[in-house]
Amino acid sequence: MEHIISVTVENKFGVLSRVAGLFSGRGFNIESLSVAPTLDPSMSQMTLVTSGDDRIIEQIVKQLNKLIDVIKVVDLNETEFVARETALIKVHTKDEDRAEALRIVDIFRANVIDSSPSTYTIEVSGDPKKIEAIINLLQPLGIKELVRTGRVAVAREPIRPALAAKKSARD
Amino acid sequence: MKLSGAEILIECLKREGVKTLFALPGGVVLKIFDVLHQQKDLEVILTRHEQGAGHMAEGYAKATGKAGVCLVTSGPGMTNVITALADAYMDSIPLVCFSGQVPTSLIGNDAFQEADNVGLSRPCTKYNFLVKDVNDLARTIKEAFYIATTGRPGPVLVDIPKDVSQNQTEFVYPSSVSIRGYNPTYEGNKWQIKQAAEAIAKAKKPVLYVGGGVIFSGASQELLELAEMTQIPVNMTLMGLGAFPGEHPLSLGMLGMHGTYCANMAIHYSDLVIAVGARFDDRVTGKVSEFCPYAKVIHIDIDPTSIRKNIHVDIPIVGDCKAVLRELNQLLRATVNGDQKELRKPWWDQIHQWQAMHPLTYHQEQDGPIKPQHVVKRLYELTKDRDPIVSTDVGQHQMWAAQYFKLAKPNRWLTSGGLGTMGFGLPAALGAQAAFRDRLVLCIAGDGSIQMNMQEMATAVVSKLPVKVIILNNRFHGMVRQWQDLFYNGRYASSYLGNTPDFVKLAEAYGAVGLRVERLADLDGVLKAALETDGPVVVDVPTYPYENCYPMIPAGGCNHEMILEDPPELKKKQKGVGKVVPEDKDTVLTA
Repeated sequence: MEHIISVTVENKFGVLSRVAGLFSGRGFNIESLSVAPTLDPSMSQMTLVTSGDDRIIEQIVKQLNKLIDVIKVVDLNETEFVARETALIKVHTKDEDRAEALRIVDIFRANVIDSSPSTYTIEVSGDPKKIEAIINLLQPLGIKELVRTGRVAVAREPIRPALAAKKSARD
Repeated sequence: MKLSGAEILIECLKREGVKTLFALPGGVVLKIFDVLHQQKDLEVILTRHEQGAGHMAEGYAKATGKAGVCLVTSGPGMTNVITALADAYMDSIPLVCFSGQVPTSLIGNDAFQEADNVGLSRPCTKYNFLVKDVNDLARTIKEAFYIATTGRPGPVLVDIPKDVSQNQTEFVYPSSVSIRGYNPTYEGNKWQIKQAAEAIAKAKKPVLYVGGGVIFSGASQELLELAEMTQIPVNMTLMGLGAFPGEHPLSLGMLGMHGTYCANMAIHYSDLVIAVGARFDDRVTGKVSEFCPYAKVIHIDIDPTSIRKNIHVDIPIVGDCKAVLRELNQLLRATVNGDQKELRKPWWDQIHQWQAMHPLTYHQEQDGPIKPQHVVKRLYELTKDRDPIVSTDVGQHQMWAAQYFKLAKPNRWLTSGGLGTMGFGLPAALGAQAAFRDRLVLCIAGDGSIQMNMQEMATAVVSKLPVKVIILNNRFHGMVRQWQDLFYNGRYASSYLGNTPDFVKLAEAYGAVGLRVERLADLDGVLKAALETDGPVVVDVPTYPYENCYPMIPAGGCNHEMILEDPPELKKKQKGVGKVVPEDKDTVLTA
């Protein structure tokens, strides 16, 4: 099963290769990996998309925790979370296709961020299904280049926490 | 006062209580050696190969329980020490390795003797550092020792570029270390320990399965108390030998691929396995799906990743073996009641039956070739009163040593378990001898293994380390030949070593004493002569070449399905053969 794991790490050189080396050395899958500094510049936040049965995911979480540069590991699948991905898609647009391309951009609430006489570069964000869908529609026009960021995710806050607290007090 | 990086390094080592350094110089570490040369507090043992330096530091660490330290140069110095780092990582040995690096300005330029030391060692160290600024050096060294010796111990590499060892700065040694991503758990979860105590009280057929973790955490006393209080039989892993007295009536000896029949039967038919500081290695479990199928499993280990890595665990306890066992014993003292001996009698009756059915055995004919097991047994009997430290290489001789050399105390058994590194034995023995100059240190080796680090005999002679090396010489990579005989129709592909060197002359060439046991009748005499010699000695013992090591669980087999002796067709083939006649490479044995 697919899991999204959020990993807080030290922001220093070599950390990414320690994490990547752990996955390759132990034969775990990485579907996507994104990393950038957090508000505190001494730390970075990684979002890892991986897959495996419960035993493998337990090992992945434990092995990540064992790395000395890893500060915190959260398996987001244990809670509610939201995940987003951004794609930049460069599409061939012949004269007769340009309007069609813009229509698709409109449907997906995407943006055209660059254009040339024969191409549009489209930026789209969303969950992976949405990205798949827009790619599917743009493909007939001819996709010249496609770049995806991989997913980033964050846990959801409990809905209306005040209400939830009141409810549990009543129970 | 300002100190150079090299001076800071030496100052830090002194503060960490390091007395001995295993080292080999080279271009980029000359500054460090120059400082070492001008001081008297640290002893430098010059090795003949960097792999030797690494294994010596391992032997030192295993015998003392403290971190072993080695120092190597960049490039080939580093690549040579990798095997020792990987070995220490697999067997959780606290080791701090300092490597030289080209000057920071040249890093990445493919400079002379440059290697990506941090990249090379990343998968085989617990952690590694590249020090780019002399101001970070003291703190880095403090952290390196802290990481190597705490939690589950392991090797740590500190890579020091040439300019960092030359640059100067104010020396400040930090008094404490805090690493936010590294907080090992020492105390076990109380609720889980209570669960474990209850499971032990309920169990009818419990077994203790103990590994090297007991030795590193110094929990032998607690283990002894637990076993005696509850009358639970103790199985030891290869790394755990010595954690529990080998001659103790509760000891069943080693378990696993070449473990005793009763140890493997006991764990297979047990209803409760209490694993302490062991990691369910494949050489222990055999076929995982059929490993101890009737048992609940309690697993005590300081490394959370060891738990549920290979097998399902019912009661996991993350913590230091010593702390957890102490807590567990306290609970059990209050709850264990009645005569435990009486309670466990049916279980022990069964175990004694297994013990009687297939004890460890070999057949030594008085006028026949010398059996390797007999050599180990006599060596044990002749030396056990002197409380020796024993190192081994890897192969058949290692398994026979594990079976027949019954260690009474921890930190006396130096062997390469996880990585199975041939060539480990001699340097490890030298490392232990460097730590304890007055103790008896034995190295049981094979003729194949010893040749992998034979050059360290020079270190033994020059550094006056009087180890006694006993070579069980069968002219084969014996374990390989055994597998070929059992699983490859006796085709001896590259397992026959041909004319092995004359080890007696070789020892003499190094300036050591060489002795040979020509006949069985001479065995005791020659061993005694070796033990009475002051300096390093090599004893060459030509042994029966086709002896196989049993019991044996074939790789991936079940623990209760052991091969206990040579199959009939193999026996027939070997009949009357006492020597290797090397004409035909498939059937080296000819009557």
